[in-house]
Amino acid sequence: MNGKLLNRYLWPAVAVLALFGVFMFALARIGSGDLVVSEIPSPLIGRPAPSIDLPTIAGNEARFTSASMLGKPWLLNVWGTWCPACRDEHPALMEMAPIIGVPIVGLDWKDDAGDARNWLASLGNPYHAVPFDPVGRTAIDFGVYGAPETFLIGGDGTVLAKHIGPLTMEVWETKLKPKLLAAKGERP
Amino acid sequence: MNTPHRISVARWHQWGAMLLGALLLFASAATLAVDAEDTLVDPALRTRYESINRELRCLVCQNQSIADSDADLAKDLRREVRGMLEAGKTDAEIRGFMTDRYGDFVLYKPRSMVLWAAPAVLLLGGLVLVGRIVVRRSRSMATAAPDPDDSLANDEPGTRPTDGKA
Repeated sequence: MNGKLLNRYLWPAVAVLALFGVFMFALARIGSGDLVVSEIPSPLIGRPAPSIDLPTIAGNEARFTSASMLGKPWLLNVWGTWCPACRDEHPALMEMAPIIGVPIVGLDWKDDAGDARNWLASLGNPYHAVPFDPVGRTAIDFGVYGAPETFLIGGDGTVLAKHIGPLTMEVWETKLKPKLLAAKGERP
Repeated sequence: MNTPHRISVARWHQWGAMLLGALLLFASAATLAVDAEDTLVDPALRTRYESINRELRCLVCQNQSIADSDADLAKDLRREVRGMLEAGKTDAEIRGFMTDRYGDFVLYKPRSMVLWAAPAVLLLGGLVLVGRIVVRRSRSMATAAPDPDDSLANDEPGTRPTDGKA
């Protein structure tokens, strides 16, 4: 009799409570910012970064190629002067660039090269290089769907991590740098 | 006695406004975004172009296909689709190009068989469950004195069959 009562009432109640627990856990993660539901996970992580071969915003013959970055880790930061969140992000990039020990390459996405040059002249230039992608073809190769987005690329050319939204010192320390250290640990 | 009547008239207006709003919403959602530089003249390519675009999610707007969206990125992705069609790529190759870059999320129709099979499996499971309960009930009703050899008839009607006895 006891077993039947257990089957009829206890187990369904346990199942409902377990489901409730799962929902509450997910909601708590969303509330704390650990889980961002609008973020689309990138299929590129752990795979070779798409190759980049673009002119720069300088407007001269100079080109930027991702091949030139092989051998050392680097950050690819996708931005544009039309992007308000990029303006919010800019001071953090200025602060980080000299101290994180990893060059930041700024992919100027669907922008005007003159506007981009003015932006960097007035706000400061945190970038190691600024490839210019006015049609957005390279950004599509990287699966970019908004700016700013930042990719951490290892010395062997593998995409180690992606951050969607403004980069901050905290994001670097807690999200990107650990991935870099882990990758270095695996491939010393 | 006047008040209920007035309320019902007010309701009518509300319902009418809501209906009109809903119609407008659907009408706007049904229009396809058109690019000025759309130059696919081959009708067969044009049909494939439109059907592929409808399968691809606009990642900025997230609830529109790239066929419906005027967002800049959607335009760029339509341009890629058009270019690949003109270059003779197959539909599968074009979908592969998109999922390699944006992941399965870019496809409205999930490729994962688990997702497709889940509703059918759940429905089947439910039917089996209901069937067992019905069989048990009818047996316990039919036999006035339960047969001691039949363990199913001993069970209380409606007992979950997952208890291992069935």
